[in-house]
Amino acid sequence: MSYGFSSPVPASAAMPDAIPLRALLPWAVFGLVLSMVLLYFVGAEQGATALVSGHAVHEFVHDGRHLLGFPCH
Amino acid sequence: MAGRLLARGMIAGLLAACLAFLFARVFGEPQVNLSIAFETARDAAAGMAAEPEIVSRSVQASFGLFTAAALYGAAYGGIFAIVFALAYGRVGRISPRALALLLAGAGFLTFVLIPDLKYPPNPPAVGQEGTIGLRTATYFEMIVLSLCVMGLSILVGRRLTQRFGQWNGTLCGVGLFVVLTALVQGGLPDINEVPADFPAIVLWRFREAAIGMQIVLWGALGLIFGPLAAAVLTPSVAGRHRAG
Repeated sequence: MSYGFSSPVPASAAMPDAIPLRALLPWAVFGLVLSMVLLYFVGAEQGATALVSGHAVHEFVHDGRHLLGFPCH
Repeated sequence: MAGRLLARGMIAGLLAACLAFLFARVFGEPQVNLSIAFETARDAAAGMAAEPEIVSRSVQASFGLFTAAALYGAAYGGIFAIVFALAYGRVGRISPRALALLLAGAGFLTFVLIPDLKYPPNPPAVGQEGTIGLRTATYFEMIVLSLCVMGLSILVGRRLTQRFGQWNGTLCGVGLFVVLTALVQGGLPDINEVPADFPAIVLWRFREAAIGMQIVLWGALGLIFGPLAAAVLTPSVAGRHRAG
């Protein structure tokens, strides 16, 4: 078994550099808004509230809504 | 960096959702079908006409279920990646893969298990149409409060760890989490709309399948995201060397 020139200490042994908050913030806002919209359509659209009229969205994701634990009907 | 992590989180969530879909298809769908059979028989006995099928059962159980799981997986994959990006380098010496698995466990506890212990998943035929507003509001409140309890316990636990050492600080944090969870769950209204003659075994098997689906989703999310994040965060692995 041969070893390379890299340090035998794994990278996890040193405290890794954190991502600066200023760089993180815009992506965090974008990601959270996008995720909330997705979760709304899976979990609540055409249940307690409705943006789209009818029952098509609710009926399409019906089984997933029940099995993922959202209130339904 | 953060954008790449976010994209990889959503991809990991999608892949995890594929596995969760397979699990739900095998273990969840039979219970959904039994519940719908109960509902149909009950409505027929009451002399009510059958509900019109807007989307066929086979579509609901395949494309519909897959779509729901995929959107859910991508959404929580994104949230997960943001929390990961915030935690990495701020919670101590831990590898990306280990941190991803740790956060997946915390995510499952916060977003699924604690809320579900108060408001468990219900199959069709359980739940009255008139209370959907109340049930939706309390369910999402429970998730938000669960998130607050988890965040507060971690912050307090870390502060106490600095003062009283790892063991005592962690125990205090866990104790605070248990007490706050009990208070929140006790404070929210109870909802029980299970029909008296609904088969208990179907309800139990359905809830087992629902929780199992989430364990598959969050477990896979943590395990898949770890290596994807490591490739972004440790450029030497990918053959790139960057300062800072």
